[in-house]
Amino acid sequence: MQSAPRIAVLDTGAGNLHSVLRALERAGAKPCVAERAESLRSADATLLPGVGAFAAAAAHLAETGLGAALCESIAQGRPYLGICLGLELLFQEGDEHGRAAGLGLLPGRVRRFPQRTPEGALLRVPHIGWNQVTWRSAHPLVKSLPQQDHYYFVHAHRAEPANAAHLAGSCNYGAPFAAAVAWDNAFAVQFHPEKSQRAGRRLLEAFLAWLRAC
Amino acid sequence: MLLKRIIPCLDVDRGRVVKGVRYVNLVDAGDPVEAARLYDEQEADELTFLDITASSEARRTMLDVVARTAQTVCLPVCVGGGVRSLQDVRDLLNAGADKVSIMTAAVENPALVAEAAMQIGSANLVVAVDARRVVDGEAFRARAAARQRQFGDAIPGGAAPGPEAGWEVHTHGGRRPTGLDAIAWARRMAKLGAGEILLTSMDRDGTRSGYDLPLLRGVTAAVPVPVIASGGGGAPESLAAALDEGPQGGHAQAALAASIFHFGEQTVASVKRRLLELGIPVRPPAPFPPR
Repeated sequence: MQSAPRIAVLDTGAGNLHSVLRALERAGAKPCVAERAESLRSADATLLPGVGAFAAAAAHLAETGLGAALCESIAQGRPYLGICLGLELLFQEGDEHGRAAGLGLLPGRVRRFPQRTPEGALLRVPHIGWNQVTWRSAHPLVKSLPQQDHYYFVHAHRAEPANAAHLAGSCNYGAPFAAAVAWDNAFAVQFHPEKSQRAGRRLLEAFLAWLRAC
Repeated sequence: MLLKRIIPCLDVDRGRVVKGVRYVNLVDAGDPVEAARLYDEQEADELTFLDITASSEARRTMLDVVARTAQTVCLPVCVGGGVRSLQDVRDLLNAGADKVSIMTAAVENPALVAEAAMQIGSANLVVAVDARRVVDGEAFRARAAARQRQFGDAIPGGAAPGPEAGWEVHTHGGRRPTGLDAIAWARRMAKLGAGEILLTSMDRDGTRSGYDLPLLRGVTAAVPVPVIASGGGGAPESLAAALDEGPQGGHAQAALAASIFHFGEQTVASVKRRLLELGIPVRPPAPFPPR
């Protein structure tokens, strides 16, 4: 693979892709915004960033054909990185503003954090700020990362993977939740590497290193 | 565990930082992008821009500041000040803001909060509440009654008189009282979809005499969303008090401060080191300066 991997960043229709594009450039990639399905076919990898609401983004992906193209790209073995909503949309169903179907690549649902911890204490939702992620995966992307690191989260919903084998990293907010999921050529994180300073840069660099090794 | 956040705030007027940042290594201390870069290097947990530009024509400048900042830094940026409409919210997010904070527009049109939460999601939507302790209970109750007649959303009769009179929401930099009880207002904003409350004590703002802890406790107990403490931040100890979960603490999830950082007395790292000593869980600063 060439030295600067071409990464198609899917436009979810909600704007603000600047941070992700810039962070990818800094890490050494050549990102481009993919507004149409064709753009995905010429890319080395795809990335779905964390902008917008679940139902609106799911609808946008369906209307534009980007969702089908993304599923095809992943099925063909091209590496994928999902960020925040880009993790949530991999699952079958989300409950933000009513039920909506996701891409259905992973079994499980995306649900809002409960307002109480299992112990009955108030849990402030959204979950906003820096929290510790512990990697629990043999996925090549995490091999070069510290076992634990702090990343920036801003979300009210989180995925409940039905298959524990898909859990790649865990975080604790009231109770443990999936901070990252992975299988074969796909990797997705609930936090924002593009906002996570050094730790985020390390993760994006690890993603590019994995791409080059693919 | 979720860590407490330390958030430097920059006041920006027509694209320039007001109350300049006194650091020798800044090429241009008045450039908000330069200041943002510095706080990114210091590993601030977030950054807030408060646009205090008076004229609406000059407001487009802020979009450029936000766009250039998003190109430069790798930390979450919240932008507030003069956000009047859903279009303003969208413009700022499209320019590269991660969160947008609204205040006066929410007081004038609370439905905007619900609409914005539906369109962009609660997680990116902050409602700023400027609160001032009620000193004249009678005048406050009169304003509350007027608000009730016009909007039907003030607590009839206002807060109780006496030392527990409470706090009143103000707009226009603390100059304009609204007749709204700050705690009840924060609760309502969270219910309508605010993902976070940025709570400023106008009594303490600029005094560096410490945050208003009873106000913070009142609001954090009333809302199920994170609360950012603002107004009065001086020494690291005052930030610690605002973030402390004990009975005397402010129970806030984040502390916003301006002058403590801008005058170079403290860096984000030095404040965090002290907070860690005081037992406040914050993201540890880099073991050595990044540059």
